[in-house]
Amino acid sequence: MTWSLFWSNLANAVSLGSLYSLVAIGYTMVYGILRLVNFAHADLLMVAAYAAFYGVLVFRLPFAISVLLAIVLTAGVGVLIERRAYRPLRDSPRITAMISAIGVSFLLENLGLVLFTGRPKSFPVPGFLGASTDIAGIRVTNITFVIVFVTAILLLLLLYVIHKTKTGIAMRALARDFDTARLMGVDVDSVISLTFAIGSALAAVGGIMWALKFPQINPLMGMMPGLKCFIAAVFGGIGNVVGAVIGGFLLGVAEIMLVAFLPSVSGYRDAFAFIILIATLLFRPTGLLGEKIGEKV
Amino acid sequence: MSTRGDKGIIRIIVVAVVLALLLAWAEGDLAFIGIGPWDAYFVRILNLAAINAVLALSLNLVNGFTGQFSLGHAGFMAVGAYTTSLLVMTPQMKKTVFFMEPMFEPLDRICIPFLPALLIGGAVSCVFGVLVGIPALRLKGDYLAIATLGFAEIIRLVLQNVRRLTNGALGLKGIPHVVNLWWTFGVGIAVFLFFRGFVRSSFGRALIAIRENETAAELMGIDIFRHKLLAFAISSFVTGVGGGLMASLLTTIDPVMFKLPTTFQILLTVVLGGMGSLSGSVIAAFIVTFMTEFLRVVEEPIHLGVWSIQGIPGLRMVIFSALLVIVVVFYPRGLLGNKELTWENLSSPVSRLFRRRVAS
Repeated sequence: MTWSLFWSNLANAVSLGSLYSLVAIGYTMVYGILRLVNFAHADLLMVAAYAAFYGVLVFRLPFAISVLLAIVLTAGVGVLIERRAYRPLRDSPRITAMISAIGVSFLLENLGLVLFTGRPKSFPVPGFLGASTDIAGIRVTNITFVIVFVTAILLLLLLYVIHKTKTGIAMRALARDFDTARLMGVDVDSVISLTFAIGSALAAVGGIMWALKFPQINPLMGMMPGLKCFIAAVFGGIGNVVGAVIGGFLLGVAEIMLVAFLPSVSGYRDAFAFIILIATLLFRPTGLLGEKIGEKV
Repeated sequence: MSTRGDKGIIRIIVVAVVLALLLAWAEGDLAFIGIGPWDAYFVRILNLAAINAVLALSLNLVNGFTGQFSLGHAGFMAVGAYTTSLLVMTPQMKKTVFFMEPMFEPLDRICIPFLPALLIGGAVSCVFGVLVGIPALRLKGDYLAIATLGFAEIIRLVLQNVRRLTNGALGLKGIPHVVNLWWTFGVGIAVFLFFRGFVRSSFGRALIAIRENETAAELMGIDIFRHKLLAFAISSFVTGVGGGLMASLLTTIDPVMFKLPTTFQILLTVVLGGMGSLSGSVIAAFIVTFMTEFLRVVEEPIHLGVWSIQGIPGLRMVIFSALLVIVVVFYPRGLLGNKELTWENLSSPVSRLFRRRVAS
């Protein structure tokens, strides 16, 4: 492998890793607070991508505005899902809520298939994002830089919110101990709604950038990336935002490099993530940065 | 006491005879006295319903009775379906299907009858179940669900990539259509009766104890891990058999068939029928399968005289997934909860109705 090929693979790997990180954050925040694997999170990528698609091509809105609307809409969908499908089950066994999450994911996918048909649509990529830049003889598409840059900004913003604002403190308190936090006057419902809104908005950004990087969108586009992002969250230590980011980066880089160095196993690219998942669960269930989470009985 | 036992035996014989007559009628075995067979499309739905019942029963054993939430069903189904198909396909057919890359040496000449192939399919699936279960069953709750989902996906990806064994993404065609109602209902009833005996045995009670409280069950001296593994092994065997029946009914299979949505659909059946109810799973399997077919109406254009309403393709699955959420949120116990449909609770409302009428 030549150096230039290596560098372009690395650029690709870092941008994929950033996307994984953004989506993994949503999984880890929800799991941290509700101990729920939010299967529907994956499909929010699809919701956001289609919302932006329709905004640009059907409603003829400028790209930036339709992206903003798509993010707001996706955040709204995320909050709505929590309120209708998860909140009534908050006192039920955790598995019941998970079945509900599976059902919602299934519902979103099938609704997508009905509304948007299964045929892939090509996502409108604005010219300057689709163009490439030459850096020392290596061509890198501009979207690669944008993905990494946007992810970094959003991550810093999120860390500020979680660690410096009152709402962030409430979120961390809920994750630590639900009942005590409630006794301390934390408004549980609104904090959870906000968590879903933030996680879904990040997923929306991830979904739109995913569509810019791989400009073919279809109603099932979120499924595989979603599962991998959950794996990234587990790998990094579920419940830990920084862990999710590190997990996402490592998974993205490892996946691209595996295919780059061992092209013969490229058919097993998707299996690789699951092998990481199973290895993590068996040998280090708390993940890289995770704290020990006691089972709530 | 003895009269009660006699009554039970008579009841079983009557049910068995009626069922056998119905199956014979449907299959056209009674054509010599001038009745049957039933409409081929309807018979196909019945076959499908019975196979779905087998799959739902086996998922219920792990998810409902043992309380270990597995999402790896589609993977075991795939193992059973592929094993059975590869064993029953004729060598000529294999040569035609494997035109991209030839098949592995000894297997391309092997062709055995359906029953042993089905059992071997179940056995291979069972081996996979044990291999997956040994690491995965150390996990609990949602982690177990995700891990089994991952294993199923790995199995599917392997099937898609080992072209010389499975013909890769092209799948298999020309699998002999052996199954009929005798096969599907026969297997279905055998599995149902076996499970009914199993969950009432000390093993089954141990599984339920594990579901209710793992710590307490362990303190009672139950070997948690071995019981979970046993349930998992039996479930994957039955799932493999179900997959084999499905392959023979459909005559074509490919790896895409065994993705997550397949598991979701079986899960929907189990949740709808009630986690921990065998009869619930069977009833739900028939309801879901028949609804799937009858709801085709909403996907096809409806003509009402001069007007015609455009059908919406894919709407069926929207209805089913919405149903899953509604059932889980509003009726988490499903149709039967963890109760069983028995003669007693089936007949008591009827007899109560009669009694009330007599009183008034």
